[in-house]
Amino acid sequence: MSAREETARHHILTVLVENKFGVLSRVAGLFSRRGYNIYSLAVSPTEDERFSRMTVVVDAESSPIEQITKQLNKLIPVIKIVELGPDEGVERELMLATVKAGPETRSQVTELASIFEARIVDVGFDAMTIMVAGSPARLDAMSDLLAPFGILELQRTGRIALPRLARQPGRLRAVRTRTA
Amino acid sequence: MKLTGAQALIKSLEMQGVEVMFGLPGGAILPVYDPLIESSIRHVLVRHEQGAGHMAEGYAHATGRPGVAMVTSGPAATNIVTPLCDAYMDSIPLVVITGQVAYTSIGTDAFQEADTVGITMPVTKHNWLVTDAADIPRIVREAFHVATTGRPGPVLVDVPKDVANAAMDWYWPESVELPGYKPNTKGHAKQIKEAARLINSARRPVIYAGGGILKARAAEALRALAELADVHVVTTLMARGAFPDSHPLCLGMPGMHGNYTAITAMQRADLLIALGARFDDRVTGKVSAFAPEAKVIHVDVDPAELGKVRRPDVPIVGDARLVVEELVKALRAEQAKHGKPDLADWDRQIDEWRAQYPLRYEQPEGGTIKPQYCVEALRDHTPDDTIVVAGVGQHQMWTSQYWRFEHPYTWVNSGGLGTMGFAVPAAIGAKVGKPERMVWAVDGDGCFQMTAQELVTASAERIPVKVAILNNAYLGMVRQWQELFYEERYSEVYLSPDLPDYVKWAEAMGCVGMRVDTPEDVVPTIEKANEIDDRPVVIDFRTDYREKVYPMVAAGDTNDNVILGPEFGEGGR
Repeated sequence: MSAREETARHHILTVLVENKFGVLSRVAGLFSRRGYNIYSLAVSPTEDERFSRMTVVVDAESSPIEQITKQLNKLIPVIKIVELGPDEGVERELMLATVKAGPETRSQVTELASIFEARIVDVGFDAMTIMVAGSPARLDAMSDLLAPFGILELQRTGRIALPRLARQPGRLRAVRTRTA
Repeated sequence: MKLTGAQALIKSLEMQGVEVMFGLPGGAILPVYDPLIESSIRHVLVRHEQGAGHMAEGYAHATGRPGVAMVTSGPAATNIVTPLCDAYMDSIPLVVITGQVAYTSIGTDAFQEADTVGITMPVTKHNWLVTDAADIPRIVREAFHVATTGRPGPVLVDVPKDVANAAMDWYWPESVELPGYKPNTKGHAKQIKEAARLINSARRPVIYAGGGILKARAAEALRALAELADVHVVTTLMARGAFPDSHPLCLGMPGMHGNYTAITAMQRADLLIALGARFDDRVTGKVSAFAPEAKVIHVDVDPAELGKVRRPDVPIVGDARLVVEELVKALRAEQAKHGKPDLADWDRQIDEWRAQYPLRYEQPEGGTIKPQYCVEALRDHTPDDTIVVAGVGQHQMWTSQYWRFEHPYTWVNSGGLGTMGFAVPAAIGAKVGKPERMVWAVDGDGCFQMTAQELVTASAERIPVKVAILNNAYLGMVRQWQELFYEERYSEVYLSPDLPDYVKWAEAMGCVGMRVDTPEDVVPTIEKANEIDDRPVVIDFRTDYREKVYPMVAAGDTNDNVILGPEFGEGGR
């Protein structure tokens, strides 16, 4: 599946939840028992310590997104859900990749990293670890290009997202907001 | 005022107006049972924690108030999972308190430790693990609020032993603050107007009344709507009694074992007015072929039900009573403007179906007792407002079909989860809630054996429920499916009519036990049972094991294919 097709199927829900123990388990449990597929999930505290924000990327083909948000809204610790369709949010993701980089390929890998504005965060005898942040598509491209060198380990955070801001004053954003 | 967590818990329950709770003590909950001695709350000591949960459910069904159960940690908590799940499926308000090992021991596999909050997460509306005694009043207040508002449901509060023993400063919270919980009860005015317009322009409308009508105390509003619009009403298994069976507009139960007219009227309708119903698979049959020509107005307090199974043309989120009352006003305005539609053809069609395909069975004189005959005899020889409670299976369907429900809250059963063994404890709970009313459990022999020991509780606590066992010596509904769909290959369904000896068993539990073998003895024995008011009564009715529940729509089939049964001749279709 190409990155573009994937993006069309994937919907992003940014879910504001109470910052209490067990909330992740409630959300994850809901997804599994209702048969919804999570593509990626990122959880972190927000500017207000009472709340956390979950960025859930769901496969909209596994179940209608409307049903998923309605069921999520029934969870008591869920405060607010913002659904971001393709192009409705700013999405970023972080990737760490350990790539084979012996004396003969090290400069090529370094060059590639600099094209992607990636940072080399660790260097070993014959490998280096590269960190890159960006849109998911950009990370896909980077990992494709690193693959021929030999990727030893790779980890991505899953994406986080916030709604796109208005370009003009006083206009409603094309974002559907549902409050529990 | 300094209190222990345990004292605060009992005091909080008193503040919530709890009059009775069902439970069984044990290690981790010991501190909470101590202040119970001085409390005004009546405690019914059960013989198994599942019984406590079902009693609390029966109490909630009959009274509309939340049922409260309290048990200890570990195995006690897991024993009450079934009632929690049952209450979750049927939207019954339940508050369950469980003991937990000391907070400092959680996660160490301590004695009788179970992850109760984790285990019950999928079967409760919400649950809480109390980590600080100071939180107890707030959490109890929140628990009752969540259980009883919006779409009602079960909640659980898990109380570690050291938290129950810890000291706290007593307070009672003024209000509940749950930023993520704000049920919407008032329907959208524009949608209600649109619904009224649809109702007034339909030619074949049917009201599809579900359990939400009862939860919302909306029976009167429903009647006003049906009579104003002259629209027939089907009452689902969870809504029996929400609309009087004797009313000319009542079509009775739809669905897999519904009557032909109720099923077919929905199937041919051009408008379904779904009120507090959830398009359960037992009602719809094959969803893609269900009521194919009908537009749908769907009223439910749970927004997730709208569009979950069938996409409504007019979705209305709101409390069934508030919405239906507004709908009556809107419909009156609509009728004043455009007049009332002529539904005569549709009414005539419905009357034809009713005349042609009534519920039918035959009780031969001197033959074996037909279970339907037992239900009819009970119906005709008990007061109009008797609360009837069923387990799950054939007897449940026959009771729902043949009873004449005239009042709301007279029917208690396990619909969504289909919990065998529900009847005896639920009947006890109903009787505790409504002691002035006669309570009859109609049970199967298979169901009875699952929870019968709670009759010991009933005897000890002087809760005079009556139990009619329709004893066909089989797991009857399973037998019926094996007969019809597995070529009469009967696998593990035979139970024996006299092992156990139900009369002796009843007597051993402090009840009056009676056996009935012939149709002639059915009525006199029921009358004898009705006279007894100082202890529970169990009647073992020996019924015909060959009898099957009809009409029937086979699982997964469309509601166009109603099997009427042998009384209607070849194939019964």
